[in-house]
Amino acid sequence: MKKIEAIIKPFKLDQVKDALSELGIAGMTVSEVRGFGRQKGHKEVYRGAEYAIDFVPKVKIEVVVDDNLARQAVELITQAARTGQIGDGKIFVTPVEEALRVRTGERGEAAL
Amino acid sequence: MRRARTLTAALLGALPLLLPASALAEAAPPPAISSGDTTFVLISAALVMLMTPGLALFYGGMVRSKNVLGTIMQSFMLLGLISVQWAVFGYSLAFGPDHWHLIGDLSWLGLQGVGGAPNPDYAATIPHQAFMMFQMMFAIITPALICGAFAERMKFSAFVIFSLVWATLIYDPLAHWVWGVGGWMRNLGALDFAGGTVVHISSGASALACAIVLGRRQGYKKTPFMPHNLPMTVLGAGLLWFGWYGFNAGSALAAGDLATSAFTATHLASAAAAVSWVFAERLHQGKPTTLGVASGAVAGLVAITPASGFVGPMSAIIIGLVAGALCYWGVSLKWKFGYDDALDVVGVHALGGTWGALATGLFASKAINAAGADGLINGNPSLLAIQAITVLCTWALGFAGSWVLLKAIDAAVGLRVSPDQELEGLDLSLHGETGYTLGPASGSFAHGGITAAASAALELAPQSSHQ
Repeated sequence: MKKIEAIIKPFKLDQVKDALSELGIAGMTVSEVRGFGRQKGHKEVYRGAEYAIDFVPKVKIEVVVDDNLARQAVELITQAARTGQIGDGKIFVTPVEEALRVRTGERGEAAL
Repeated sequence: MRRARTLTAALLGALPLLLPASALAEAAPPPAISSGDTTFVLISAALVMLMTPGLALFYGGMVRSKNVLGTIMQSFMLLGLISVQWAVFGYSLAFGPDHWHLIGDLSWLGLQGVGGAPNPDYAATIPHQAFMMFQMMFAIITPALICGAFAERMKFSAFVIFSLVWATLIYDPLAHWVWGVGGWMRNLGALDFAGGTVVHISSGASALACAIVLGRRQGYKKTPFMPHNLPMTVLGAGLLWFGWYGFNAGSALAAGDLATSAFTATHLASAAAAVSWVFAERLHQGKPTTLGVASGAVAGLVAITPASGFVGPMSAIIIGLVAGALCYWGVSLKWKFGYDDALDVVGVHALGGTWGALATGLFASKAINAAGADGLINGNPSLLAIQAITVLCTWALGFAGSWVLLKAIDAAVGLRVSPDQELEGLDLSLHGETGYTLGPASGSFAHGGITAAASAALELAPQSSHQ
């Protein structure tokens, strides 16, 4: 099993979710995060005081998939999330040691 | 028509002959209470009262979220503290029988003599008590304004002591000087319709002393001090604008043409200032902001406060246009001089109030209010000089008086929270509360409840009750 962590632009979430569901991946966890890489943040001004906001809002998708689906999933996420502009995000893949379905106790790939 | 009038006059003239002699010896009948005027003043008092919660929201949205409750708490606490202080002795000191042109006495301690009958010295057609209540709301909001200067770092006990003593030794005397019968500024001919000096310059000058004596917040110029909830700030500004109709128009103390004139001037000045602040902002740093439009409106309201019952609508617009741009510039002074006036009380209230008081000296017109005076543009330069004197003296009283008071309180109980309390935020460190626990999971981060308190109570019970 592989865990895919994809940090993407927030407005791309729907597109990525739809792309993954075409692959048969029906579940995922999403969190609202902030981050930056090469994309610059923005400036806010309040009564003349200027603040540089370095961290840009992003969405992180975490999904655990079968080993044989991992490469395809990463491809689909990349295509769905890409705009070609700086700040499109990053994807990380890590091995997963164990997975368990809380309701039934199923383990391994049956839990996914 | 003429014949009827002559007849009526003749009959009235004959009346004394028909009445018993004792009736002729009595004083003129007491002024009649006008239900229209009384309604208007009571409703205006309620409007001004609403300005304090409005201020709480205005300020609350501008601080960091960890201090939102601490900030709101200060305004609401003052609703409690100053109401009682005013009723018990503050009103008497401010408006009571004069001594040395500096202060009233305690003849009206506990509001004795302040009842249903009008006090013609102040407002002849409404109950004295209504006038007192209207004035109470001013007494409450004035120290609340100062809170913006020491936001996010003042000890609660120090704040309570400071506010009560400030109200007694600075506000009450100043109100007496400007509005009390016998007050020296009133006798001098100074014009302050609704409190440009009494409320705004006093709080603004005091705020400067507070910002300097308390010192800068931790992380000054390093940590971002950004507003955490501007929608709340703008809501507060809206409530302030609304309440200000009571503040200014209500100061006519009667429902009629003067109240209308003050209402109009108030609104136009605020509108003009909102536009000019935003315009100045757009020119100076590129984008017009919501904080700017709200701040501009408030600056205009501040500036028109002393002038509202003495100037015409076009003068009000000019006063507002200047106030917006002037105060926009004014809030940048704290960066130049290095005082941490957290919420810009000096830039808006001290500067706006000063401009308004002087503008009254420029634009006042007896055509608008015969009980007032003419200003410079209407051929009377002496009013401007009188206004300048009152401005200077109010600055001195506010600044020096607060400075001394703060130093004394610092020596007694300390002014600032500890560095750790400041970092943690006043909400938790001073009040044990959190402003926002939004989100479905947030309740899951706590445990305990009424059972925790109940079991603690049981532990404190004496041993014998367990047997």
